[in-house]
Amino acid sequence: MNRLLKHRTPWVIAIAALLLAFVPKLGLPAFYDSLLYLMLHWIVLATSWNILSGYTGYFSFGHGAFFGAGLYTTSTLLARYDWPFLATLPVAALVAALLGVALGAVAFRVKGVRGELFALLTLAVTFVIGTIVGNTPLDGGQGVSLSAVPVPAVGPTQSSTFYLLALAAATLTVLIAWGITVSRFGAGLYAIHDDEDAAEVLGVPTYRYKLIALAISCALAGVAGGIHALFLSYVTVGEVFTIAVPLTVVLMSVLGGSRHWAGPAIGAVAITALMYSFTAADHAVAGKAMIGAILIAAILFMPEGMLPRLLKNRRRSAPLLSVHKAAAMSAAAPAPAGAQGDVLLRVRGLHKSFKGVRALGGVDVEVRRGEILGLLGPNGSGKSTFINLVSGHYTPSSGTVEFEGRALGGHAAHRIASAGISRTYQIPRPFGHMSVLDNVALATMFGGGVGNPDEARALAMRWLEFTSLQDKAAALPDALNLHQRKFLELARALASRPRLVLLDEVLCGLTPTEIDDAVALIRRIRDQGSTIVFVEHVMRAVMALTDRIVVLHHGELLAEGSASEVMQRPDVMTAYLGNPHALSSAHA
Amino acid sequence: MSGFSLPSATLLAQSILSGVFVGALYGLMGLGLSLSWGLLRLINLAHFAFAFLAAYLCYQLASKGMDPLATLVILVPAFFVLGAALQALVARFAITPFNSLLLTFGLTGIVEAIIQTIWTADFRKLESSYSPMKFKVGALYVPIPELITFAFAVALSFAIWAVLRYTDLGKALRAAAEDAPIAAAFGVDQRRNALLLAGTCSALASVAGVCLALSFTLAPSQIYAWVGVVFAAVMLGGLGRALGPLIAGSVIGVSEAVTMAVTAPSWAPIVSFTLLIVILVLRPGRVG
Repeated sequence: MNRLLKHRTPWVIAIAALLLAFVPKLGLPAFYDSLLYLMLHWIVLATSWNILSGYTGYFSFGHGAFFGAGLYTTSTLLARYDWPFLATLPVAALVAALLGVALGAVAFRVKGVRGELFALLTLAVTFVIGTIVGNTPLDGGQGVSLSAVPVPAVGPTQSSTFYLLALAAATLTVLIAWGITVSRFGAGLYAIHDDEDAAEVLGVPTYRYKLIALAISCALAGVAGGIHALFLSYVTVGEVFTIAVPLTVVLMSVLGGSRHWAGPAIGAVAITALMYSFTAADHAVAGKAMIGAILIAAILFMPEGMLPRLLKNRRRSAPLLSVHKAAAMSAAAPAPAGAQGDVLLRVRGLHKSFKGVRALGGVDVEVRRGEILGLLGPNGSGKSTFINLVSGHYTPSSGTVEFEGRALGGHAAHRIASAGISRTYQIPRPFGHMSVLDNVALATMFGGGVGNPDEARALAMRWLEFTSLQDKAAALPDALNLHQRKFLELARALASRPRLVLLDEVLCGLTPTEIDDAVALIRRIRDQGSTIVFVEHVMRAVMALTDRIVVLHHGELLAEGSASEVMQRPDVMTAYLGNPHALSSAHA
Repeated sequence: MSGFSLPSATLLAQSILSGVFVGALYGLMGLGLSLSWGLLRLINLAHFAFAFLAAYLCYQLASKGMDPLATLVILVPAFFVLGAALQALVARFAITPFNSLLLTFGLTGIVEAIIQTIWTADFRKLESSYSPMKFKVGALYVPIPELITFAFAVALSFAIWAVLRYTDLGKALRAAAEDAPIAAAFGVDQRRNALLLAGTCSALASVAGVCLALSFTLAPSQIYAWVGVVFAAVMLGGLGRALGPLIAGSVIGVSEAVTMAVTAPSWAPIVSFTLLIVILVLRPGRVG
């Protein structure tokens, strides 16, 4: 909390809210209160939607359902049970959040439900909930009238009361949205947006984070619904559980910029003002067409939204962080829990089949602390499957994986990352929207367990220096060449201070000089205390680096021993080069 | 539940029949949507607006004395051009699937406003020579407009299925959807094919629009009423599959009709969406 208060932004938000709270004192006509109320109402809805959908990229079309859940909770408590209005709001938030968590708990478990499918699933839920509400006594198909419910005297007039309530809700929502962006939680959400698998492997508990984001998003939408119930004073299913609410908030967020906490709020103010001016001037139809045209123009010319475009120039010149502070940090080495030469990773009978196709058929491998173990084999021999199983990307069909004496087989990838194993991808998978520094800082925060993002960035800078990427810290991964992207992949794997690093063909595609650099770097990785499993086809590097190699063939262990010795064996040569007779006959 | 009663066998059979007919229209509407989503990665929400625009144009031309089915001669080529133009825009700006959804939502708003300006927000019903026509099979009434819709849906779905499966164009389209750069390396002109397919999808929307005008009352606000159910049919049927929307649409149509007959009409939406949720959760690999 103290860390958050050091920022300027929350104070600016709070002071702005305080000043806005005096607007009713100005004695403006009531219709201004209503316009301002609607703006704030949409700020809450759009900003809350953005907490899940903008940050993680899981576009929800179910915001109408969550908003409606809050709305009907409040109206039911008011109309049937005579609750005091303000007491219904926390319940509205809770009901909406529970609905969201129940949906998310199912939807996020299913690996295939991503992006577009999540959008449709949430849309379908909207209609299902709407149908249920409309057909049960909650609504009964007639709508619920709240005209008899007294409006609490928060402000001097009824309309100013709604304005002040919405102002409070909007301030809370925007503060939460901002707070998330500067927290570790927010960094995890952004990583999920760019590459969920990579985020999980770097230690982000993706499932839990998505659920928490959804719960926060729904709770805030529920509050907006609760306030809106009394504002409307007559609620019907047909106007609540529609596609209009989600589409409007999507429009607002995309227009404003969905990766920025303030983007949806700006979009909400712009669109509400626009809609209001057209309805007020009795040009509702023209307004509809105009909003459509604006949306099209926004998608074509500002696919990232207004705010990022405005901020682009400013951010480029902003100082990233004090590198001196980074250099001053102590180079904390991973605490070796055991002596050199102990068994660090013990794999027994590891087996993986994909729908009956056997990728790995019962492999036993031991990795000793401090060594570089080469994992070799022709294409399709199961090397990458081995890495994917040990890192938790796949769940083993059978067999055990034991790391530092603890069984890890079948654990979620983020837990394996926190246990001290990290990996690289053969084709680098950086988070495309994050700076090179933030890519590495993410690993420091999650696998490395550094909670404070500033501290994590400082530590990450050390790893950029280690991999000679410090000059690229502020760049986006797109600006890197393949060689640098591979090194970024390494820096990210190292930043979580792993005891075991799994390198999946880091040298593939590099030029001979770049390979020499990389070989020197891998030596330094080992020297600073990590054990390495090294999947590679570049034999020169295998010979130079490995203490021991293991050869896989057709998913089984073919040979094990020192590189120079194993590679001489006739069966290994056959596996790599094919049968000499077959070869000569093929050429004939 | 109140209103729960078991209907007579005839009533049930008539419900199932009308469910099949409505389902055929779901399938016809979903066909173009599914193809453009599955093969072009263009999630075209404006497909519904196009169908309604075609329905209104059909209504307009028919009220001038033209046979509603004859309007297809004008509407199909016109909408082909419209769809191809939209695809050209999407390709020019390299729009992501999700942004295509938002873009076409914007377009839907514009088309809706155009419809509302020309034809007002009032309900319109096409009165053609087909409207009163129906015949009786046993105890069941078969209305001709619905039968025309059914025939179009079945014929077009099978025709497109055959094109995708057996022709070079169909194979090229499927290959490009799978891996565009590799398909291009094998000489597939994806730009031309995409324009062709997008045009065809919009032309399909216009056929669906004519069928819509034949048996439904029209209002601009009704554009959105179809979105949910047709999306459900498209997802259930599998993206980019020609026969999928028809089959899934019929399943949804029949289950809705039976739900309406057994309980109350207001419960109908729950069927398609519960089906969709169950399929998405149990077999997500089936779609996408």
